[in-house]
Amino acid sequence: MNADSLLILIYILVLASYLGFELITKVPPTLHTPLMSGSNAISGITIVGALVACNELGYGSLSKWLGMLALILATINVVGGYMVTDRMLKMFKKK
Amino acid sequence: MSILIQIAYLISSILFIVGIKKLGKTKSAREGNIYSAVGMLIAIAATLVTLDILSFVEIFVCILIGGAIGLYISQKVEMTKIPEMVALFNGFGGLASFAVALSDHFLKTQSVNTYPDSVNAISIIVSVLIGGITFTGSMIAYLKLDGKISGSPITFKGQHPLNLILLIAFIAAGVLAYLNPGDPIYMIGLIVISLLLGILTVIPIGGADMPVVISLLNSYSGMAACATGFILNNNVLIVAGSLVGASGIILTQIMCKAMNRSLTNVLLGGFGQTVAGPAVDGPQIVVKEIGVEETAMLFDAASSVLIVPGYGMAVAQAQHVIRELMEQCEKRNIDFKFAIHPVAGRMPGHMNVLLAEANISYDKLIEMESINDEFPSTDLVFVVGANDVVNPAARTNPESPIYGMPILNADKAKTVIVSKRSMAKGYAGIENELFGYPNCLMLFGDAKQTITKVVSELKEM
Repeated sequence: MNADSLLILIYILVLASYLGFELITKVPPTLHTPLMSGSNAISGITIVGALVACNELGYGSLSKWLGMLALILATINVVGGYMVTDRMLKMFKKK
Repeated sequence: MSILIQIAYLISSILFIVGIKKLGKTKSAREGNIYSAVGMLIAIAATLVTLDILSFVEIFVCILIGGAIGLYISQKVEMTKIPEMVALFNGFGGLASFAVALSDHFLKTQSVNTYPDSVNAISIIVSVLIGGITFTGSMIAYLKLDGKISGSPITFKGQHPLNLILLIAFIAAGVLAYLNPGDPIYMIGLIVISLLLGILTVIPIGGADMPVVISLLNSYSGMAACATGFILNNNVLIVAGSLVGASGIILTQIMCKAMNRSLTNVLLGGFGQTVAGPAVDGPQIVVKEIGVEETAMLFDAASSVLIVPGYGMAVAQAQHVIRELMEQCEKRNIDFKFAIHPVAGRMPGHMNVLLAEANISYDKLIEMESINDEFPSTDLVFVVGANDVVNPAARTNPESPIYGMPILNADKAKTVIVSKRSMAKGYAGIENELFGYPNCLMLFGDAKQTITKVVSELKEM
């Protein structure tokens, strides 16, 4: 990776973090638990990396096994995280 | 082709951001979660397109296994156990990033024999460090929350110097791994140290501080995903990872502020051990007991009631019977609300979820800052399974370890009833002055059982 593409990644990191701070400061305490389980799901974005890692040809290579492990774990986070968040948010009702 | 995939990643990133924004309002929160899930689906689909068709079988099997486990956990988990689940998922996220980083490292150094460039190599080392700490740290947090290991701080002499030495060793091994990418021994060293650091940094932290720890580990799991984004030169990983990282940091700050502790103070651990000195065992507190019938009468006579729930309510599973109590009170036109302290429960917002599960409208749940002025004009405050968050010592006693912590001013109400199993101390390990106040009455026994009796008394009145 050259310096230019690294700088772009750092730009993205800084701006996304700043945006994250701005958005999440506004989340009311009532929603903090769903926010956390929802972010569990979002951190499952590693699934993208896991898919790439799984793609290695050559069965049985260490890289591939690690990729498959990562894929299982990230999928648990994605599926479990979104489903449980939905289950919780469904319960939040105003009468 | 590649540009289409980049566009798909851009759309995912936007959906994550809009999803989080919508999650900030109770009305649109569910929709926000769906936006975010769609973003994830697009990111996955776009990545699948780039892959070699030959590996689809393994990928399919892994997704099936992970999906089934995720689905099972999400449907079976009890709302009282959400902190445990979040801790577990933080750990999974950390381990996944850790494994992706190592996979990339071993692919380059062992299979293909092309040496990674410096950005790549450094990102891998950072990802291993954060991922490893997140994984083992979260597992310890999970075991503590679940009671599989003791929630009390585990401390030993030289703990902090040891952690420092390990961190220095990690940096040294990192430099060596960077200089000798072909030699796996240094990477193995990094793996071992990062996993050890996760264990050692979480064991000294007590059960009461777990809301802080799981928020922080939540943030780490996002940062680990971010570091993986740098390894793979992938923008959507960085955007999503930063959002999670920021979210965890903010929740960590909120929790620390609500306990009047600095993050360093929480992380150094051992809170609640050092305070068992003579300053705590002051004059014996004399309490007044109250029975079920009298409690029911007080509810019947009140015109405004505030409930202060704590983790004890969750343990006793008393939230459903509290809703029945609420129905009885509302029948009598009694103003009935809940005062929620930010650190009530074992994770941020835990009480709100439990009460929502019991079908209690969220506009009845009031935050500390908004409700604290209402206590003096409230007839009856009912404290269920909360302790330190209503201890007036936080305002009045500079000697107290919780002095300065913002509390709910329950003591200022006309009458306070505390539902409690026994006179056991709260997590901070200190006496609660409130229990000896003239306006405070103790209703001893299991919260669910006693409140059930109060409700049936009220029904007969």
